[in-house]
Amino acid sequence: MIGRFIEKAGWPRIIIALFLLGLFIAAPFVGVRVDTSLSNTLVRFGMNGVMVLAMIPMVQAGCGLNFGLPLGIIAGLLGATLSIEWNVEILAKLVAWGSQYQITWLTQEFVDTWREPLGFASAVIIAVPIAAVLGWFYGKLLNRVKGDEMMIATYVGFSSVSFMCIAWLLLPYKHPSMVWGFAGRGLRTTISVEGYWLHVLSDALSVNIGDHLYIPTGMLIFFAVMALAVWIFMRTKTGTAITAVGSNPEFARASGVNVDKMRTISVVMSTVLGAIGIIVYEQSFGFIQLYMGPFYMALPAVASILLGGASVNKASILNVIVGTFLFQGILTMTPSVINSYLQTDMSEVIRLIVSNGMILYALTRKVRA
Amino acid sequence: MMNEIMNQAITFALNNAVLAAVIGIIALVIILALLMGSGRIFRKLFDLMANNAVPAIFIIISAFAIPLSGYSASYLVQELLTRIGRNSFLILSLLIPIMAGMGLNFGMVLGAMAGQIGLLMICDWGVVGIPGMILACLVGTPIAVILGIFCGAVLNRAKGREMVTSYILGFFINGVYQLVVLYFMGWIIPITNPALLLSRGYGVRNAVSLLGIRGVLDNLIPSIVAGTTQGQQFLSANGSGAFFLVHIPFFDGAVRIPLATLIVIALFCAFIVWFRRTKLGQDMRAIGQSQSVADSAGIAVNRTRIIAIVISTVLACYGQIIYLQNMGTLNTYNSHDQAGMFSIAALLIGGASVSRASIANVFVGVILFHLMFIVAPVAGKNLIGDAQIGEYFRVFVSYGIIAIALVLHAWKRNREREAARRSLRGNRGGDN
Repeated sequence: MIGRFIEKAGWPRIIIALFLLGLFIAAPFVGVRVDTSLSNTLVRFGMNGVMVLAMIPMVQAGCGLNFGLPLGIIAGLLGATLSIEWNVEILAKLVAWGSQYQITWLTQEFVDTWREPLGFASAVIIAVPIAAVLGWFYGKLLNRVKGDEMMIATYVGFSSVSFMCIAWLLLPYKHPSMVWGFAGRGLRTTISVEGYWLHVLSDALSVNIGDHLYIPTGMLIFFAVMALAVWIFMRTKTGTAITAVGSNPEFARASGVNVDKMRTISVVMSTVLGAIGIIVYEQSFGFIQLYMGPFYMALPAVASILLGGASVNKASILNVIVGTFLFQGILTMTPSVINSYLQTDMSEVIRLIVSNGMILYALTRKVRA
Repeated sequence: MMNEIMNQAITFALNNAVLAAVIGIIALVIILALLMGSGRIFRKLFDLMANNAVPAIFIIISAFAIPLSGYSASYLVQELLTRIGRNSFLILSLLIPIMAGMGLNFGMVLGAMAGQIGLLMICDWGVVGIPGMILACLVGTPIAVILGIFCGAVLNRAKGREMVTSYILGFFINGVYQLVVLYFMGWIIPITNPALLLSRGYGVRNAVSLLGIRGVLDNLIPSIVAGTTQGQQFLSANGSGAFFLVHIPFFDGAVRIPLATLIVIALFCAFIVWFRRTKLGQDMRAIGQSQSVADSAGIAVNRTRIIAIVISTVLACYGQIIYLQNMGTLNTYNSHDQAGMFSIAALLIGGASVSRASIANVFVGVILFHLMFIVAPVAGKNLIGDAQIGEYFRVFVSYGIIAIALVLHAWKRNREREAARRSLRGNRGGDN
């Protein structure tokens, strides 16, 4: 029984899970509160969950790990910044629509009460089409370079981030809370979302147990809904075709599946999820990080899903949930526990070794035929 | 007043238009390349472009940027010579794995880290000058060999995705390197020089001064190329005839030559040319052509691949030491990172591809890449009044160029595969 479980879960996961458990057990002895750590882990889980979810479609379609996640993140950043830039206009437009089309509930009062959720929704609504377009081109590109997707994805991510560095400086943003005060143009490196949609998901239906245990219910529900959507999608006809393409492209082609089209769909989905993921991340984190901010954001997401037991060509929702929880758990616990024990900050080094070690393990694993 | 505003507006629009044009040209070239890839008639033209697109783009960018920067010729020549001396060795270390069909060795940062550990040790022991450099090489070599064997073994387990694996391996070993340098040095590994250590008593500082070996190789054989008047001025300023002085009439300015470094690089180029002809070099080329054929010809494929990576790692170690003796300061936690990215970008800009790279590519690449490196920020500043944009632009170009080179290579390979398949079918079925 135990042997079967170990074989199914895989040694790396068990070691990491035991390590994490050890950290939780050790926490009270070094003066770290378990409930605070647990709620930190939950918050980080909710923040990063959707971005890890973005890995699934591409892995399933045989496009490998999406190191090009920054492309989706950029779409999300555009959505987020534009939603702030046009906040007033968007809300006014909604009220105008309400009176124009006789929608009785869409009144000034309604818009005023739901200002923040509407702002968040507008960020997502702006980001998704941008992500879809970028993802479509990105998918077309990856179709032409089969076999080298991961390396090229990495550099597509890097070059798009550095291209956007120029764009953030030159795009005609005007909103005073976003541009540099003295120059009057060029976006700031970090932009606060306070007053727009800070914690709209996190604080929705959130539960406080005692003083220290905080559960961001809304954010977790949002993640669950997204995960469910992906789960259902992967079971539709298109989703099955995508999985078939990933498992055996020749067979899929012979069965009349349009391989390139399925791959493009998966890349678009991955990019769109990345865009939504970063907005969820920002509403909880409180800041939009521009310029080199998204540069290395793909690595934690990739490491998480691998830690959850995915391989380079197979991934499931369970992998996402387990992996994100373990990875974010270690990220939360190592600084607090190990640092109070050793009196130094080793978290960064541990993060580097664990996350990249995990990716390395997945890349060198012999694929069972 | 009104006029002034109008003028400013026009200049701004014009300036942005020039930048937009440059970006537009690059985009156009990429789109054209994409379009041509699909048309049958354009295949020939496409192949020509695919082979030379990258250097061509760079020559175009430089042609725009050099006049904009307003730098003098002698300044540019001096800077370029310094950078050729500084960077060529690192880039040359990439050639051998490419020969063995292992792609761009992103794992060269492992060698760079080994070199840095060597330099940290000699700083601690207080060995300076040329003996210091040699000692740093001696300390770095065994570390580089061990890391190289490890890297080679890992890459043998990840055939077909060597590049992404070596790239992640670089990150992984970077974590280990930080663990060693930030926690073990001064604790497990004895470091006595307090100037190296953080105030807490262990761990190395972020920036380490390499004053003891700064420029020792570059200035070993002091030499200078100068116009007649500048040469006289230089001699009278610096006294004695300890300089090799070459006069070039009508040349305006004086340029110092890092002669000894260039000699070392030339020797190393000769080594590569010789190495290609040895049994081992031939084996590597055979493996680069086809692993299965090489295997059936009795070549120990895995072992030879490991040797290729070990050589590359050790050379990257020496390359990093040469690089840092020129820089004079060691950024303990960043220097190696940039070494990898810039070397690979430069090699690709020189017209190399993932599967084919020559010594000429190295030098063309180093010149074109660093030309842009020197002029881009100033050109950006003169264009838009913002040096930051030039800075970002060159980062964008470094990454973009690697992306384009990787795409072109993968794409070409897939098309060749497709063509091979078509030829097997006797090409009766038309285009597909």
